[in-house]
This record gives sequence, structure tokens and C-alpha cells, in this order.
Amino acid sequence: MRNTWQARWGLTIAGWTVALLMFFPILWMFVTSFKTEITAVATPPALVFRPTLGNYAAVLERADYLAFAKNSLVVSLGSTLLALLLGVPAAYSMAFFPTRATRGILLWMLSTKMLPAVGVLVPIYLLWRDLGLLDTVFGLVLIDSISVLPIVVWMLFSFFREVPAVILEASRMDGATPTEELTHVLLPLSTPGIASTALLSIILCWNEAFWSLNLTTVKAATLTAFTASFASPEGLFWAKLSAASTLSIAPILIFGWISQRQMARGLSFGAVK
Amino acid sequence: MVPTHLSWRKLGLLVGAALLVWILYPATHRPELTVATVNNADMILMQQLSREFERQSGVKLNWVVLGENVLRQRLTIDIATGGNTFDVITIGSFEAPLWGERGWLVPLDDLGADYGYEDIFDGVRQGLSYQGKMYAAPFYAESTITYYRKDLFQKAGLEMPLQPHYEQIRQFAQRLHDPAHDVYGICLRGEPGWGQNIGYVSTLVHTFGGRWMDLDWKPQLTSQAWVEAVSFYVDLLKNYGPPGAITDGYNENRALFANGNCAMWVDATSAASYFLDPSQSRVATTTGFAKAPIAKVPNGAAWLWSWALAIPTSSPRGAVAKQFIKWATSRSYIALVGKRFGWLWVPPGSRKSTYDNPEYVRAAPFAPLVREAILNADYTKPSALPVPYVGIQYVGIPEFQAIGTEVGQELSAALAGRVTVEQALALAQADAERAMQGRHQK
Amino acid sequence: MTGTRAAKRLRHLYPGLLLAPSVATLFLWMIAPLVMTLWFSLERYNLLSPGKRTFAGLENYRYLLANRALWVAMGNTLLLVGWVLAITLVFGTLFTVLLDRDFPGRNLCRLLVIAPFFVMPTVSALVWKNMLMNPVFGLCAWITRSLGLGTVEFFSHLPLFAIALIVAWEWTPFAVLILLPALQSLNPELKEAARLDGAGPVALFYHLELPHLLRPLAVVAMIEMIFLLSLFAEIYVTTGGGPGLASTNLAYLIFRDALLGWDVGRASAGGVLAILLANIVSLFLMRVVGRNLEESR
Repeated sequence: MRNTWQARWGLTIAGWTVALLMFFPILWMFVTSFKTEITAVATPPALVFRPTLGNYAAVLERADYLAFAKNSLVVSLGSTLLALLLGVPAAYSMAFFPTRATRGILLWMLSTKMLPAVGVLVPIYLLWRDLGLLDTVFGLVLIDSISVLPIVVWMLFSFFREVPAVILEASRMDGATPTEELTHVLLPLSTPGIASTALLSIILCWNEAFWSLNLTTVKAATLTAFTASFASPEGLFWAKLSAASTLSIAPILIFGWISQRQMARGLSFGAVK
Repeated sequence: MVPTHLSWRKLGLLVGAALLVWILYPATHRPELTVATVNNADMILMQQLSREFERQSGVKLNWVVLGENVLRQRLTIDIATGGNTFDVITIGSFEAPLWGERGWLVPLDDLGADYGYEDIFDGVRQGLSYQGKMYAAPFYAESTITYYRKDLFQKAGLEMPLQPHYEQIRQFAQRLHDPAHDVYGICLRGEPGWGQNIGYVSTLVHTFGGRWMDLDWKPQLTSQAWVEAVSFYVDLLKNYGPPGAITDGYNENRALFANGNCAMWVDATSAASYFLDPSQSRVATTTGFAKAPIAKVPNGAAWLWSWALAIPTSSPRGAVAKQFIKWATSRSYIALVGKRFGWLWVPPGSRKSTYDNPEYVRAAPFAPLVREAILNADYTKPSALPVPYVGIQYVGIPEFQAIGTEVGQELSAALAGRVTVEQALALAQADAERAMQGRHQK
Repeated sequence: MTGTRAAKRLRHLYPGLLLAPSVATLFLWMIAPLVMTLWFSLERYNLLSPGKRTFAGLENYRYLLANRALWVAMGNTLLLVGWVLAITLVFGTLFTVLLDRDFPGRNLCRLLVIAPFFVMPTVSALVWKNMLMNPVFGLCAWITRSLGLGTVEFFSHLPLFAIALIVAWEWTPFAVLILLPALQSLNPELKEAARLDGAGPVALFYHLELPHLLRPLAVVAMIEMIFLLSLFAEIYVTTGGGPGLASTNLAYLIFRDALLGWDVGRASAGGVLAILLANIVSLFLMRVVGRNLEESR
């Protein structure tokens, strides 16, 4: 046994240094949101200053934050739900009944994600316009779930493969139908995996900016459009942008932190008891 | 015990009355307008004051507020695909004639006799028209002037003439460049983009006697004037500019000047009011104004740009939209801003009456300079040489957004010292030629 | 007898039936834009001249492939992906191992490390560009100048690397997010046993923890690669592709054609080329981590 307290000290310092370095830009952004615009660009950077809530007031006054937040919530949860509904059966099938086509299908699913969004903007815009999906929450849910489905399927596939086939075979021996196998045996076993996939999907949809900006105007715009409206006007804007994006990431940050604890409680990559 | 026939009748009457009320109750559908605008301070003020308009007219306004580049992309894709997402859009003097030509915008020549068409500066109005019809109503307009630090000039015993020449500017920059104290001789746009560094370099090239294209639409980027202008620009910025100039666009430079890091800055007139506001700048009492510098010829030394409101032809609410546009670009709106927020903050550059107003001239000491700059900026004659295009800081063809950005990227490589000016211009010439070839094939 | 046979046949069909809705939906959703993109890539179609659409065959591809910018962009794309993958996988693993150890405040540290993944990429890029990396009023410049080291002009001299740094900052938390629970599932008894055998922390890491992490590392690599190949927002906001073409990747090149030139035909051709490039890269990556997929159960 080594000197535990020395090792612990070293670990503590290393751990906290890493954490603070990684978090620092966010902290700096948060601090900037309380500065006036001219203080925000001061040289040398102002570490001591008189804080103001003016930026938050200006930001909240200019746009209906709650409406944007609500849309973000609905779109993130809706897309994730849709992606899971479609992805779970697909991943199940590919993980436990693999055929020669399985790898090809996986690759094909991933390759559809490799088309940069800017390249496919016009076709999607035309399609959405003709289907009447522009500026609708459903339209955004649809495009977001398309975007995220390959990732969801891929991750679920990886998690499902961790479940030993013997357990499922045992249930099959007991006479369970595939549906029962899926719902009563597999899902409970891989809940942590599904949870982390869902978390990832929610975060990705929450931060999705390209489609939100291009396919919505007023009714379905999400927090990414809200934040974008404070970026790059003519003039000083960094303090207000900091305020807007603090408001924008606060919900997802809090949500992520809460669910992280749930996730850490039992994601198993190969050690199912 | 109630007699059944009576209660049935009562019920029937009640239901009938309810139906009647439901049918006859006026559906309070307030007409709604979707307005898309840039997130500049003047438009934000308009957004705030538009509650006045909503109150007066009973119209409900829905706002889409975005940065200039994102907005332009969003609007273009919508209007080009015949979408009817927006009722009022904010566009600039680059798009207005092009979109008017394609029949995508509603002509705005019928806003009424009291609108004061003749009050709008001719150049501004022309820049928003196609074949004589005005397709967008100017909200504000700008040109270029030179900002400088009176205190730094005084300390060095220098004096900024009203009409500086670029050679003088170079000498001033040399004298005032003081990186040890975080003061740089001159700040100029360096960020690549057709609306960023190319906007400025365009004016430089024009005043050095050059032009983008000859009358046969052949790009002239390797001509003597271009080489001189771009070499001057690269030398000036490399030697007397702030570090990292290639990521400095309009915003970064404005922040630098407001923070006191620049001795001089040549850029848009619309920044002037903000420099005089102590809550947004540290140089409120020390900012001086002069005309945009010239080199060999005065043509094209200062640009002309205006942000304007327009109506897509596909919008079904054109009549109401016209009401709003008339309100937002009228003399009374300008007076409203002056009264409510102060005369320093009225939207500048669009109307002659603003500059005849003693209250404005009193609040804005730069007003006469701006007025003269706008009057002299002839966007139909940007160069001393004959040209087939209009536009001073841009070329009024739809391909210019892409061409300008490509050339802008090549020039930034010269600024970063990765290639020589000649090499950068050769590459830029090849890019432009290729792009123009594609054009003629269409 | 027929009952059981029918049941057996149904059982064989069932997986396909389960797979069908997802694949069919994906197929429909994705095939439409893909086919449209392919079709547009064969047309001369400029959004600003909608009346002048004509079939043009491979003209767009010829134009693109003859353009030196395309090859530079492809190279930059691969460089960027390579840089970011290297940084995030290495530091992700190191951070994970660190955060797996027990020390006071560890849980809070975990949350802090993961936080950057939740920030919108555009905002991240703006914060890094203006508030941190700006050579005049950025924090990094102030720190280096106070230490007498001058200023680093990130975006002038190291544009692609600067962008890779920003993106790596955004995505390392993702790696930690996936790797940490995986590491925690490592049986502690195995670690104890190894330690009793006299293994030091480095040996523990190399022989026990790292192999355990190989599979999740493959997952992280695949997912990151997909996103990094079409990286766009960070470049747009910081360098605008410059200086020259130094930080222009394929997605940015397509953006120039699509949203500046409004040349739908050429942008679509660029998109098809992007898919080709991405498929080549992923096939290569798959081969490297291939055994993880082919592993028999």
C-alpha cells in the first residue's frame, strides 16, 4: 500500500486542475454575462468589476425565452422518443439476428449522416415546404430524429451486444415470443445503455442549430435560434450573447448533471452480473 | 317538479342563444405580420418602438431577428423557392435591385404623398431600385469615414486634415503605432468575407484607380491598381495594425477602437453614435471624425450601403406590410426615436430632413461629414475607369457573394504572410475568372 | 404440426419485421434528400436563376475536381478529424482514468469536465475566438504577455490547429461521458488482485484498464468521426475558412457554393463527394476497429 495521503493529494490537485481548466471558458462566459459590453472587451481582461443584470434584462425583454425553451424541450424529447421507438427494434434485430446485410445496413445508416447539412439544405427545404412542415414543431422533430437515428441505432446496437445471448436464449426456451423477449428481458437489462443513448440524443437535439435556424421562423424556433439572434450584430455583443447562451444551456446543463448520476450508476460495458 | 316541456324549451333557447353568440361573436383575428430583421441596434430599437405601431394599427408583429449573414441566407432561400414565410424582410442595397429584377419584391412607389420620397437621398433611393421602381424602403444608410483619436494626435503634434490622403494615413499610423501600450496605428478589416475585408479593400482599389472588372466583365485583379492597393493594405496592417488582424471584422475593430486600442479606423459611418456614448466606449470624448481617405482618385473611396425593408411578392399580407414599412421608414418614426431615445440614436443616412434638423446636428457632430459622404458616394460610378457594374464595396451581380468571399480568403493569406501579394492576387484572379466563366454560360 | 412450422417461419420473419419499420422509415426519410442531392448534382441549378435549370451531366463534378480548393479542403478535413480524434481520445482516456479514482470533490469535477459538451458550438467558438484567443483583448494573450511570452496569433499562424483545439474542447467531454461508466464497470476485484500481485498504476492502466476501454473507445471514435467530417459552425464563426484555404474543410467549401453562390448543383455535387470521402474514411476506421464488430458472441 502506498502513501495514500500523498497519492490522494496528487490526485485531488490533478483532478481539480483538469476540471477547472475544462470548465473555465464556460465560467468566463458566465462571468461576462454580468459585465457591461465595454467592460467585456477591456484590456487587460476585467477580473474585478461591478456586476449588472442589464444583459439578462435586455435579452429577456427582446425575445420570449419561455416560448423558445418550450420548443427546445418538445423537439429534443420528441425526436429522442421517435428515434428510440424506431431504433430499439432495429438494434435488437441487428444485434441478435445478424445477417450478412447487417454490417452493410449499419454502414449505410452512418453514411447518410455524412452528408453535410449545408449540402442538403435546398432539397430538404423544398421537401419540407411542399409537405407544409416549415415552422412546425413536428417538422423539426422529424429532421432531428433523422439526424440522430443512425447514432441511436449504432449505440443501442453496441449496448445490446453486451447482453449475453444465453439470457435471451433462456427466455426463449421458456416460451417467450420475440416481443416479450424484447420488452421483458432485454430492455430491463439494458436500461442504463438506453438511458445514456437517450441522454446523448437529447443533448444533440438541444444543440442542433442549423435546421432550427433554417426550417423555423416564429412558431417552432428553439433556443439555438434564440441564442443566434444575439450573435454578431453590428457592435459589441459579447456580454449579451453570454447572457443569452447561459440562459440557453442552463436547462440542459442541469438536466445533464442530474441524469449523469443515474447513468453512472450502472452502465455496463461487458460486466453484466 | 318542473314541467318537462318547459325545461326542454328552456334548454333549446339556451342552446340556441349559445350558438348565436358563438356565430356572431367577432373572431378577433388580429392581422399578423412576420417581420425578419437584422439584430443591429437600430433595428432593435425599431422592434421596441413597434409596439406603438401595434397599438395604432391593431396588427400583431412576429419578429425573426438574426445576424446579417444568417438572415441573408435564410431570406434568400425562402424567397428564391417561392416561400411565403415572411411578410416584411430587411435587405440591403446589394439584394434589393437583384431581387426586384427577378420580380420577387413588391414595388413600394405607392406609400402615399406624405411619405416624402423626395426626402430620401437620391443615391440611397437609386441603390434600392430597379428600372426606376423602388423595391425597398431605406431604414438607414451609411458610408465610410475615418475615425481617429484626437488625444493621440494632439500628443504627437499631428493634425488630421478634413480630407486625408492614404499616404498621410500611413505616416500617421507609423507615428502613432505603440504596441507596448496596446495602441495600434490603424485598424482595418482583415476577416475574409465579401462583406468584411472585401468591402473595405474594394474602396481602396477603387480609390487607387482600379476596378473589379472591365467592360467585358473580365476580372482585373492582377492589374497595377490592384497590386498597389493590396500591397498598401497588407503593408499598413502588418506593420501598424493590431495582431491577429485577419480575424478582425467590423465588430472586432469596433470593439478595439471603442476600447482605445486603435489610433485610426476607416469604416462605416453607422458606428459614430456609439463611440460618443460613454456607456459603450472608452473614447467618447476623444473620438474625431474625418472623411474617408483617398489615394489617386476620389471615386469609390467611401461606400454606400443601406438597410431597407421590403415585401416579398408571395406574401399574402402585402397591404398591411406596406403600412408597417411606411411607419418604420417615415420622418415621423425618426422623430419618434429622437424624442424617445435621444437624437444621437436616430437611424442615420436615409433622409435629407434628418440632416436639416438642428436637433440632430447638435446631438451628432459627425452629421455634416456623413451627409457629405453619402451625397458624394456614387455607386453607379465606383471607379475612374468605365465599369459594367454598380456598387462601390461590392459588385452588383448575384455571383459576387461567392467571388468576394473567395477573393477575400486569398487576400487574407497575403495578410497572414503565407503568400506574397502577387501570388494571392494571381490566385484570386483565377478564382474570379472561373466564377465569371460559369456566369456567362448560364 | 403445421402450427409449429408456421410459428417457426414467423419466428424467422420476425427479426426482419422488427427491423423493417426502422429501416423503411430511415430509407424513406433519407432516400428522398439523397436522391434529390444526386439529381441536383447533375443539373446546372442556381437558386437565383430558377428559370434556367438544365441537365448538365458531370459538369459540376468536373468543375469541382479541377478546382485546387477541393483537394485542399479534403486534406484539411482529414487533418482536422485526425487532430481532434487524437486529442479527444488521448485526453478523454486520461481524464476518465483520473476521474475514476477517488478523491474529494470528484463528482463535482466530473460534472465540470462534462459541461463543455452542452454548449452550442457557435457560442463555444465565439467565446474561444473573442474572449480567450483574441490577441488583443483575449484572456490567453493577457496570460502569456504577463508571463513575458508575447502573444500567439492563433488564427493567423495556426488556424486549423486552433479550430481543432476548440472542437477538441467541445468533444473531449463526450469521450469522458461514454468512457467513464464503461471504466466503472471494470470489476474492482480484478484491480485488487492485480495490485496485490504488485502491479503499479501505470501497469494497471496499460494492462487492465486500457483493454477494457477499447470497445467504448471505438464507439467514441466512430461517432466523433461522423460529426467531425461535416464540421462547419466553428470554422464559419472564427476564421471564415482563412487565411487562404488553410482552415477550409469540405463542409465549408460546400457552404460557399450552397449559401453564397446559391449554386445548388455544385453544392450537391460537393455533398456527394463528401459522402464518398466519409465512406472511405469510415471503411478504413471500421477495419481498424473491425474486430469489435465482427466479434462472435
